[in-house]
Amino acid sequence: MVHGELWTVKEYFVYPNEYIYWTIQIVMYPFMTGLVAGAFVLSSLYHVFGVKQLKGIARFSLVFSFALLPVAMMPLLMHLLQPQRGIEVMMTPHFTSAIAAFGIVFTTYGMIVASELWFVYRQHFVETALELRQASEPTLALRLRLLLFTALTLGAWDVSEHALEKDERAVRVLAGAGIPVACFLHGYAGFIFGSVKANALWMTPLMPVIFICSAVVSGIALCIITYIVTMELRKLLVAWRRKQEPGLPSTEELKSAEIQVVTITARYLIMFLVFAITLELLDLVFRGYTAVKSWDILRSVIYGKDFVSIFVIQYGLGNLVPFILFLLPRLTIRRAVAGTLLVLLGVFMMRWNVVIGGQAFSSSFSGFMHYHLPIWPHSLETFKEGFFGALTVAVTPFVLFWFINKVLPVFKESH
Amino acid sequence: MIDRRTFCKKSMLLVGGLALPLAAFELFDPRKLLADKSDPAKERWVFLVDTEKCVGCGYCVHACKVENEIPYEANVTRTWVERYVVTKDGKSHIDSPKGGRDGFTAGRIEIGEGKHEEIRGEDVNKAFFVPKLCNQCENPPCVQVCPVGATYATADGVVLVDRKWCIGCGYCIMGCPYGVRFFHPVYHVAEKCNFCYHRITKGMKTACVDACAFDARRIGNINDPADPVTRIIVTERVSILKEEYGTKPQVYYLGLSKEVK
Repeated sequence: MVHGELWTVKEYFVYPNEYIYWTIQIVMYPFMTGLVAGAFVLSSLYHVFGVKQLKGIARFSLVFSFALLPVAMMPLLMHLLQPQRGIEVMMTPHFTSAIAAFGIVFTTYGMIVASELWFVYRQHFVETALELRQASEPTLALRLRLLLFTALTLGAWDVSEHALEKDERAVRVLAGAGIPVACFLHGYAGFIFGSVKANALWMTPLMPVIFICSAVVSGIALCIITYIVTMELRKLLVAWRRKQEPGLPSTEELKSAEIQVVTITARYLIMFLVFAITLELLDLVFRGYTAVKSWDILRSVIYGKDFVSIFVIQYGLGNLVPFILFLLPRLTIRRAVAGTLLVLLGVFMMRWNVVIGGQAFSSSFSGFMHYHLPIWPHSLETFKEGFFGALTVAVTPFVLFWFINKVLPVFKESH
Repeated sequence: MIDRRTFCKKSMLLVGGLALPLAAFELFDPRKLLADKSDPAKERWVFLVDTEKCVGCGYCVHACKVENEIPYEANVTRTWVERYVVTKDGKSHIDSPKGGRDGFTAGRIEIGEGKHEEIRGEDVNKAFFVPKLCNQCENPPCVQVCPVGATYATADGVVLVDRKWCIGCGYCIMGCPYGVRFFHPVYHVAEKCNFCYHRITKGMKTACVDACAFDARRIGNINDPADPVTRIIVTERVSILKEEYGTKPQVYYLGLSKEVK
């Protein structure tokens, strides 16, 4: 069977070689990079612009952005038919291709996030290493830990006030430099689609900007939801531990801090959501108004075949409902959870409607292609390009976050 | 101690002296050097399809599949034939079952999902066949978007794919407005028509041209004014497909109709 034939159903006249070649993993790719960029922008709001209320979530989103980073290229690797040659994109880039910039942008961004994290956590590394050194009878695990933290200090042991001030300045500079790079990382994912002149739905110069805005929206949403989940877990832990250590913060204190952070962060989410929807609607109106050759087929896809996934799920459930949920006064945690989950669904559906919707019609403009996502894997291909492949990509950042959190504790103050 | 005046004088002398030999340097474009040594490319392969002559027998598709080792039953093909049936209500019905490999013997039109549409003979206003193949564009979008340079245009104008270098991302397939590219079912890399490059560079014709009994397909060299294909292209009214994409296709058509996609 030909690659793509398994999940493509053709209707009317489609060129013989046309199939839905870019599938669920290519939906996951912009979704995941969007989360990376969004989480970073959120942390930068505190580090660069000094939005004090975001302090609680800033460090958290920075670490989370780091955990998401390796996952951004996972869907690409899973999608390649020759994944063992994937490294060639970095080794022999062909610079007229939008994808060729990936290696450079991705590495630059990765280095910025890693070095920013180092400056944020340097004091923690030094303190932990010094503490571990004092252990009288170190076990093997403790010795390994000491080795790790000693390595992480990179030999910079100075934690005087003056040195820490310098660290903070470095963090500010790196976070500032990171914002354009994060936007570029994601904007160029939009460029990959927007520059395909052969695809009538994708080709628009607005694509990179739309991608950036929805990226920030999804990144903030994911940070909020993960933040809430970890805070809830902490509340349980603290309530249990307080029996032994009464000095820990009470559940109420944690709760009020939590809702405050969530409310402020949600405001930024709404702001970027408005930008994103405005641009998307502008694009739609413009296409309808100019009505060039491709509009006939695009209209039948947008208002016909994909109506439910575009207008009901993406704009309705994914944008309008959370918009109302967040704007209603007296935001509660439960409502915030519902809102952010819906926002994430909305952004995911936006990626879906761009990637799959862009291949829902033939370039002959005379036929349609329907996509059937493979659920149960019965071969490597149906795993990689199917539901479970996508799930693997979606779960990995949380697993990574759990490991990274062991070295870079996100909630250090109360430990 | 050097005074200011001498310092300025000597500096200017130094700068001037350095500038002279620097001016002798020139950045060379390797391709330009290559062109200097030999004549400009002797060949620029072009293709001519005369749709008036095509009867839709599908021999070209058959020959192509065999010659280029595209699995015979696989639903992908380097070249194909489209059938256009325009009925009296103005609708065009288009199909290309199996790329037209087995010819168009039945009157019914394939409409996908295994379904067919019967069209009565008396309802037909006009019907014709259009063979398709890679346009070997002068401005090929597939070459532009390949992230590793695995697909490239040769000096004689044919776009090739390096099977050892292609990473299988599918960007070139997405970038082609003509839908000529696909993933090879055996090698799992991008695949497309290359005008039978292995044949034309040895003075032979492409497999599809040799298989066509009606002279509907012809290959020629546009750089040779005496070439009969070139004569037709420069003296007759030929058209190309999807001009609006700016790809400058090098497959020319005679007798194209507005219904052709």
